[in-house]
Amino acid sequence: MDHAIAVTPQVGSRPRPKKNYLNETKGFRSWALTLDHKRIGVMYLVGVLFAFLLGGIFALLVRLTLLTPSHMLFGKVLLTAEQYNRVFTLHGAIMVFLFIIPAIPASLGNFVLPLMLGAKDVAFPRLNLCSFYLWVTGALMAIAAMVFGAVDTGWTFYTPYSTTTDGPVTLMTGAVFVLGFSSIFTGLNFIATTHKLRAPGMGWFDLPLFIWGIYSTAIIQVLATPVLGITLVLLMLERSFGIGIFDPRIGGDPVLFQHFFWFYSHPAVYIMILPGMAIISELIPTFSQKTMFGYRAMAYASVSLALVSFIVWGHHMFVAGQSQLATVVFSALTFLVAIPSGVKLYNWLGTMYKGNIKLDTPMLYAISFLILFAIGGLTGIFLGTLATDVHLTDTYFVVAHFHFVMVGGTVTAFIGGLHYWWPKMTGRMYSEAWGRVGCALWNIGFNMTFLTQFFLGSKGMPRRYYNYLDQFQPLHAFSTVGSWVLGLGLFITAAYLLASLRKPMDAPDNPWNGTTLEWQTSSPPIAHNFEDQPVLEREPYDYRPVLAAR
Amino acid sequence: MSNHTETPAASAAAHEHEHGGVAIYAKTLIALLFLTAITIAAASFNFGQGNVVIALAIATMKGSLVVLFFMHLRWDKPVNRIIAMAGFLFLGIFIAFCLLDFNSRNNYVPQNMHPTVIPLAPGTAPAGAVERTNPAALAAEGEKK
Amino acid sequence: MSTTSVDLQSHGQAAGHAAAHHDDPHHQHHFTTMEQQFDTSKIGMWLFLATEVLLFGGLFVGFGMMQARYPQEFVEAHTHLVRWQGSLNTVVLLISSFTMVLAVTAAKKSQKSKQVLFLSLTIVCAVIFLIVKYFEYAHKWEEGWLPGKYYSYKADPIPACTITPGPPTAAATTPAPNAQPCTNGYSTFFSFYFMMTGLHGIHILAGIGVLTWLLIRARRGEFSASYYTPVDLVGLYWHLVDLIWIYLFPLYYLIQ
Repeated sequence: MDHAIAVTPQVGSRPRPKKNYLNETKGFRSWALTLDHKRIGVMYLVGVLFAFLLGGIFALLVRLTLLTPSHMLFGKVLLTAEQYNRVFTLHGAIMVFLFIIPAIPASLGNFVLPLMLGAKDVAFPRLNLCSFYLWVTGALMAIAAMVFGAVDTGWTFYTPYSTTTDGPVTLMTGAVFVLGFSSIFTGLNFIATTHKLRAPGMGWFDLPLFIWGIYSTAIIQVLATPVLGITLVLLMLERSFGIGIFDPRIGGDPVLFQHFFWFYSHPAVYIMILPGMAIISELIPTFSQKTMFGYRAMAYASVSLALVSFIVWGHHMFVAGQSQLATVVFSALTFLVAIPSGVKLYNWLGTMYKGNIKLDTPMLYAISFLILFAIGGLTGIFLGTLATDVHLTDTYFVVAHFHFVMVGGTVTAFIGGLHYWWPKMTGRMYSEAWGRVGCALWNIGFNMTFLTQFFLGSKGMPRRYYNYLDQFQPLHAFSTVGSWVLGLGLFITAAYLLASLRKPMDAPDNPWNGTTLEWQTSSPPIAHNFEDQPVLEREPYDYRPVLAAR
Repeated sequence: MSNHTETPAASAAAHEHEHGGVAIYAKTLIALLFLTAITIAAASFNFGQGNVVIALAIATMKGSLVVLFFMHLRWDKPVNRIIAMAGFLFLGIFIAFCLLDFNSRNNYVPQNMHPTVIPLAPGTAPAGAVERTNPAALAAEGEKK
Repeated sequence: MSTTSVDLQSHGQAAGHAAAHHDDPHHQHHFTTMEQQFDTSKIGMWLFLATEVLLFGGLFVGFGMMQARYPQEFVEAHTHLVRWQGSLNTVVLLISSFTMVLAVTAAKKSQKSKQVLFLSLTIVCAVIFLIVKYFEYAHKWEEGWLPGKYYSYKADPIPACTITPGPPTAAATTPAPNAQPCTNGYSTFFSFYFMMTGLHGIHILAGIGVLTWLLIRARRGEFSASYYTPVDLVGLYWHLVDLIWIYLFPLYYLIQ
């Protein structure tokens, strides 16, 4: 069959529909009871961005407290040690459970996945709305926990401290339990949708790589999160009934808690990064105007990352009291998981090679991702190596590593994806000039804050510590100033994105000349996505006509 | 699967008949009850460690019957089978690695440990400093005396 | 544009196909055919069951680890469980699985009275299960075989430890000199007994609720060969509940 299809014509070829998913129906109830995946995605987006703001404020507080060893600001102690413990716990818990795990799948994924599949909605729209309300409930419970004094256990809730300390631990873990089910139902929905609601002619290897990434994420969400659920239930019961599973004074084993916790939480970090990689796999081919290099390898890499992520959790427990044998086995397996990540990095570069690269804002974020994720991933290998981990564990080196992969990786990709699909979701284009400013500040601020922390950690500064030796102060201060630059960059980004909403809807259907199906419908899409059922007629990322014309 | 030449009821009935109809479910129940009797009987004998193995093996046989026949997985689409297996597979991974850890632990008791003297770096020791040693081993030695 | 040239054909086909099925009040708009909808629902249910396997599985792992830690105490504690009650419950659940699958078959064949009969029998079996459970729990309560810090049974061969509540202090964590060896294995056994049978019991209760809802709909004649999805899916859930008990029973009642 002839695959040479004309590239989608640009602006002006199709009249903009008057009714779209945003204005089709109006009023609070039409949003609160919506079954439209696009509206649910938008509601999630607003929610997770608020969570990001809240978690970010706590981060700034943490960094401000660490500006000097005396923790003083304008002559007063900013946070006591007790308060500091609660603030960094809240920063971690909010960022992990309220922001980064749901963010890309539930906001961008919800919006884009059915469109990319050529479907009218996800498989279970009511379950989708239920997922959203579970997220809201978990958020409200977490806020309630904050009001009742917050917890000081760290986001990892290690026992026996978490089973015996005062504070609303049960309420906080209850919030996380509810958020877990939100995540499970989202994953369940996406798996069923990908299996059954593809457009006619769309086989598995015709799927955009964004779908492969979200699908792999969904596998983890469904299989790993229930174990977190039961872990939290056991924690709550240990607190209230003293069942004797985790607290050594009543016959339990604290390392067992860590096995339970990390069995979920390690795959969870792949729930965080896989959607980020999924976005990058869309941005790079589109902004290189070139076919994805090694499409099948990328698809297989996504799924293998998801599966291998389940057998490495012990690398969080090297010095916790695991047996030596388990330690060695987990370390060896941890090296395995780096391979698919490496495959992806090389394939993205291969895609860019000899491409017609357009440095629009989404692409700037994609390139930032490549560099920052490479650093983050490599430092993960240092931590997976037993001999170095003994020195680096529980230091700022670990803090820097995971911020590089989660923030430098996932959040960078999230912002890039937000810019990429902004015209599709809102019907408006943002200011490209301000986009570049935002990206520059993001990179400068991020590296100032977190590259510094690798040095802090390797020099011996422990994580989560309130007090520190004077010799670490210059590095801490530099990191804190970096956090201000980062905050400024994000503020500017938010400002110009929000400002774009005041413009009239003038975005073309396909501003970036993308090849995936969401660009075949209007910006913003009509309520039922497509005028007519799209039928796939080309390979994914087929830029051959573009290349031929060059 | 839907056959437009038959009524839905008739095609459903034909489908069931292909799979053995109600008879197969009755046979499954009898097998399950039989295995239950076996497992209860086996519990009254003492096979030591074997008791657990036998009990779990019989439970797995019963479980397989329920999953394959009552839950219709034997005749169902491959995707559902993969999902079912995935659940049990990853649970197995969880159990396996936890057991790996627990069974290779606790090999260290104070009596096994040799007192290791950790020398301080030259030139760093203030006057009168004591060389650091392994406290657990020293404690054990102290007890033995 | 690339999609429009073929669209008219496919839309026409889809319209013709859809017309035949969109009359069905259960047909949701984003599915092309009822068959696609049914298959998707099944996938969704199996995914949910996989999550339940991992949820309960975590408890099984915890139980296994604690049993490895306190083998003697677990064996002694389990003698307090009444074997014939557990066996009866096992048989009752197996029969309820059988009646459930017959209910699904009846729905597939549009046989309304049989659906009602077998759904009712399934509910009856579930209620019997819970009644037996009630007697078991009541007996435990009387004897003081309760979870964690509420365990108060005195006649164990090795006494349970007393727990000092609150954050660890030097006094609380240093064993008193000449203290008797004590173990928490018994209270831990019953902690797990109540957690696992309790969570299982909650699933049975939820199952009774859902089965009752199905029964009401079946009596109204809502299920037939063209639409029996809810019966099928609830059946799958019910079999899982049975499956969990199939593993619970030997581990708690039969292990020596």
